[in-house]
Amino acid sequence: MRALMLVCTLVLTTGCTITPWVAPYERQYLADPIMGFEQDPVAARYMNHVYEAREAARGAEGGSGGGCGCN
Amino acid sequence: MKRLVVLLSLFLSMSYVHAAEPSKDFTLASNQGANLRLAEQRGDVIMLNFWASWCGPCRQEMPLLDQLHARYSAAGFQVWGVNVDALRKDADTLLAKIPVDFPILFDSKGEVSKLYGVAAMPSTVFIDRDGNVRYIHKGYRDGDEAAYKKMIKELIRE
Amino acid sequence: MAVTRLIARSAGLLLLGPLVAVAAVLPEERADVMYHGYSGGGVTIDGPSVLVRKNLGNSLSLSANYYVDMISGASIDVEATASEYSEQRDEFSLGADYLVDKTSISIGYTNSSENDYEAQTLAFGISQGFFGDLSTIGLRVSYGSDDVFRNGDDNFAAEAQHRRYSLSWNQILTQKLIAELSVETVADEGFLNNPYRSVRYLDAASGTGFSYQAEFYPTTRNSDAISVRAKYRLPYRAAIKAEYRRYADSWGIAADNMEFRYTHPLKEQDEWILEGKIRYYQQNNADFYSDLFPYLNATSFRARDKELSNYTTLALGIGVSYELPQRWSLLNRRNTINLYWDHILFDYEDFLDVTVHGGSTSINPGAEPAYSFSANVIRLFWSMRL
Repeated sequence: MRALMLVCTLVLTTGCTITPWVAPYERQYLADPIMGFEQDPVAARYMNHVYEAREAARGAEGGSGGGCGCN
Repeated sequence: MKRLVVLLSLFLSMSYVHAAEPSKDFTLASNQGANLRLAEQRGDVIMLNFWASWCGPCRQEMPLLDQLHARYSAAGFQVWGVNVDALRKDADTLLAKIPVDFPILFDSKGEVSKLYGVAAMPSTVFIDRDGNVRYIHKGYRDGDEAAYKKMIKELIRE
Repeated sequence: MAVTRLIARSAGLLLLGPLVAVAAVLPEERADVMYHGYSGGGVTIDGPSVLVRKNLGNSLSLSANYYVDMISGASIDVEATASEYSEQRDEFSLGADYLVDKTSISIGYTNSSENDYEAQTLAFGISQGFFGDLSTIGLRVSYGSDDVFRNGDDNFAAEAQHRRYSLSWNQILTQKLIAELSVETVADEGFLNNPYRSVRYLDAASGTGFSYQAEFYPTTRNSDAISVRAKYRLPYRAAIKAEYRRYADSWGIAADNMEFRYTHPLKEQDEWILEGKIRYYQQNNADFYSDLFPYLNATSFRARDKELSNYTTLALGIGVSYELPQRWSLLNRRNTINLYWDHILFDYEDFLDVTVHGGSTSINPGAEPAYSFSANVIRLFWSMRL
């Protein structure tokens, strides 16, 4: 956890000097709905329920991300 | 923490850019038959709109841009839609669904987008009659057309 | 009751859903109506789930979710000591996402209620895009407070609290590859066992050679999970997803799971999207788990909850999504009908099937066959999007 925090801090403080290597106008594949980790939140959350109710493990299900980041 | 705050405020301040530097010239193939060159448009106010068929907000503002183009063209104003799709047919498919009268230019290799440092999709660059970049508007949200109109009016009066 | 206890405890999960797709963008407006059904191991749980997400202006998104579990049957854990039952769990969630430039802030509240369990959860999340939105970092905390009761025992009442802290880092790696790293810590405190379940122990005085006594769990549980997932766009229009998670907790349980998913649209227009997946999960047992304790009160803590035993699960799933033609679409929105079917095989190592004693008693305690079962999970839903 602490190591991760350190990495994050590094990323945050050095961020400005790195040029983003995938420009906003180069995200046609990422913008495709099939590239989202989960397309349908209701269905994805239900599946996480099914697993969490029957398995001891829990947490870090994630599921964010994808998209073109179009604003 | 201090650096984070500085960074955050930097991000906040970057969302709107006021500038008055000469626009970078380019020539691109267009859907109007001939290639179009920016430097040849001196005397007109140009609204360069970088868009893609896969970008939702871009699709949303296309009809609004078409209205602006029609309304202010008599006053020496043009909207240029710079399409960044890697494949031109993707743009053509969308244009068949959402037809527009303003010229569409094809920047399939992203060279012009790179030249203008496009940092959001869509991005809209306002160029005055002297060929200077005056405003860069990032993204599109409902109601942004009011801001567009204000800028256009200001620039065509000069 | 027995089955829903764990579900209720996980209610916090339902709250916010995915943190945000990409910073600087509000979650998309949509409405979903889902029928969900789980059937296996003697239990059937099904019901509706309805989600509505709506924007107010350009920077605020509100969501509401109503979810119902209708449970009937009896799983093997209670089959030997209790009769079949049926009951219902209702869950309401409200959430708000607020966007300030590249930062998204979310809050949520969930209430889950059934006749012997009440759970409330509050959550707060913040996420921010970096490097021209190539990276998104999200932090989330939630606090849940439960009241536990026991049907048929008015004197029983207990409480439990749950705290969750999670951090996720989403990274666009190339034009065709996106990855995410998540870590989550959960701290539980209070009454954590199931008031209905029992453990069995050797008892020569009993006809079967064993008897039952109530389970008894520690009052704290701390767990850590770390996961990585990646999604890659293939050279043709299709995507594969790979995911791995490692889990460990203070009860001595360690678990891993791995999932692969393949998504394949049939036409450029998204009319049909097919999906296939395979998921494997394995865990070892809790320190205080035993299928058969040597005598009454053999250890200070004791469990025979099969979810705390040593076992594996294998899930295979297929799904299809169909986008309705424009002429059938309601309110000029994108409408899809979706059907997903998952088949899950549960294979227990040290949880033995005591139901064999129903017919004959010739089998010695501890020599029963290991338990296994399979379940079918159905998700059928209609989605309406912009």
